[in-house]
Amino acid sequence: MATKKTVLFSGNEALAYGAYEAGLEFSAAYPGTPSTEITQFLSQFKEIDSQWSVNEKVAFEIAYAASIGGKRSMYIGKHVGLNVAMDPFMTSAYTGVNAGFVIVTCDDPGMHSSQNEQDNRLFARVGKMPLLEPSSPSETKELIKKAFEISEKFDTPVIFRMTTRICHSKENVTIQERKDVPIKNFTPNPQKYVMIPRYAMMRHIELENRLLKLKKFAENSPLNKMEVKDKKLGFITSGVTYLYAKEYYPNASYLKLSISYPFPEKKVRDFCKKVKKVFVLEELEPFIQNNCERLGLKVYGRDASFHIGEMKPDHIPQIVAGKTKKDKPLVNRPPELCKGCPHRIVFNTLKKFDVIVAGDIGCYTLGTLPPFNGLHTCLCMGAGVTFQEGLSKSIQNKKVVGVIGDSTFVHSGITGLINAAYNKTKGVILILDNATTAMTGGQPHPATGKTLKQEETKQLSLEKICEVCGADSIDVIDPAQVNDFEEILRKRLDENNLSVIIVRKPCILMKQKMHPKTFTNPTPGVGR
Amino acid sequence: MKDDNVTSIVLYGIGGQGNVKASEVCGLAALLSGYHVKKTEVHGMSQRGGSVESYIRFGKKVFSPLPADGTVDILICLHEEEYPRLIHQLKKDGIDLFPYLAKAKEAVGEQKLFLNTFMLGVLSAFLPIKTEHWLNALNQTFKYAQEENKNFFLKGKHSGEQK
Repeated sequence: MATKKTVLFSGNEALAYGAYEAGLEFSAAYPGTPSTEITQFLSQFKEIDSQWSVNEKVAFEIAYAASIGGKRSMYIGKHVGLNVAMDPFMTSAYTGVNAGFVIVTCDDPGMHSSQNEQDNRLFARVGKMPLLEPSSPSETKELIKKAFEISEKFDTPVIFRMTTRICHSKENVTIQERKDVPIKNFTPNPQKYVMIPRYAMMRHIELENRLLKLKKFAENSPLNKMEVKDKKLGFITSGVTYLYAKEYYPNASYLKLSISYPFPEKKVRDFCKKVKKVFVLEELEPFIQNNCERLGLKVYGRDASFHIGEMKPDHIPQIVAGKTKKDKPLVNRPPELCKGCPHRIVFNTLKKFDVIVAGDIGCYTLGTLPPFNGLHTCLCMGAGVTFQEGLSKSIQNKKVVGVIGDSTFVHSGITGLINAAYNKTKGVILILDNATTAMTGGQPHPATGKTLKQEETKQLSLEKICEVCGADSIDVIDPAQVNDFEEILRKRLDENNLSVIIVRKPCILMKQKMHPKTFTNPTPGVGR
Repeated sequence: MKDDNVTSIVLYGIGGQGNVKASEVCGLAALLSGYHVKKTEVHGMSQRGGSVESYIRFGKKVFSPLPADGTVDILICLHEEEYPRLIHQLKKDGIDLFPYLAKAKEAVGEQKLFLNTFMLGVLSAFLPIKTEHWLNALNQTFKYAQEENKNFFLKGKHSGEQK
């Protein structure tokens, strides 16, 4: 007997639970807002082999290979995470899958906690893979199951696009039992899985054929739902924007796209024939709108001001009135480094030196704000190390210090350090080792010696790896020893070497947080 | 408040005040009462002391997790300095629970952790949700200090009932 139960789930929890119900066997991810809780939630299921990986490229490849090996698997990351995994991403469309493989990308319109607000729907067209978009947590749980079915039916990776508002909103979600899916056999098939040019050319033909089939599927699928009511006013829309529009115009006609790539041209044409005035409502890029324009359809889009930032319910009537975006200006209290945070000492010390600081992604990026004003660049993961090298090639009159966190260093600082040593770079790199991935709420990583499931594992030694990468000196210092820290920093800045200083002091929030049971929300009905 | 309408609540303050947890309790209590619930937050790195706002909407059928501006039925603020930031979201005849913040602060004294629970108690006096559902939701959300949470909730409820 199948049991059903209704719980209050976030989009992330619903996605994890839906994947669990769909027989997910393997998942890999690197933490990143707003995607982090998906993996944390998955970690409770003993049926699923889930992991934090070193970075998104690694996560993608492992999860994808697990699918080729025969298990339903999933890669999970934030929007910019997929950039790191672009290399395997692009060719996985050629090689296809064995068991179902879903690429979960959690975009962050409004940049609640991100360095840009790229719209990863565009990657569906670039990568030539089907794109699924839910609009709410309850829909997420059902749609993720469909994603695995589509992946297997069409032999393709499937992109599943979430946004912060859906990831972090909660709603009543009805949960069901897991359906185990038999593990498939892996049969060596070089023409499919070894992408030498000759085989890749055949796979490209296969890929184009597959897209035609997927297009037909998108045309006929009830997931692209037409609701014709008021024939004077209609909306083509996707994601949470659909719900914002329903709030204002419950009686209008809707074409709600859950499969927005391949673009269901016939259905869209049909809708535009049935409804007199059609608006395209979407968040960030004019993805649906450009597709409509390509078909020569007369639809009304959004002013370019709406391509920036998160969509809000209040924007809908503004768009319908053909206006530019008008938001109530809100003065938000800016975030700051926690009281007692070890990074504070680092930036207070750096202030005493006339140096340029190349920063990276993490809590310590906040060192750029007053009262520190002590971090001068931040672009992407790992750039604390590579910017130290690049900037010091150009800047002659000042020393450049690189600042990077422990988790970020493992993610993509190591290759930069090898490059710095190899190319005879001089300077100082500070690894701020607070023993966790703090910005995203405290996840373990290789240098913590703990896995996602809080099991003991081999611990990466930051000292040793810096040594073999080629650093001339490696100091380990507790920043609480303020004078010693300052002295070491002065000494290393005066030398003409490649120096790494590991500034080691645990994140103050982790004392409360590292307890393994506290990281998932206690949600009724899911206590396995 | 009529059952067939959607009720929208905004709960705001700064990171670390238990704002999100409180909205969790409210959402769960509404779910246990059989409503369709949507609950969402806006917090840019709130863990580092920034502004946080949570929205809870419940009714027979809720579309958007975010309410439109000027349509919020009940406003709860947990921090004086933050108060002016979102008052424009309250509808004309909406209920502003800000006056209860001073009472809540007095009631919890040094035990600031329970400010959110007290204010939930105040809120409960204005919502069609039975006390048993509130207490159940409190217990499911707070795994520690359950007895204290219950007490502060009931004190808040009493305070709210003195309208």
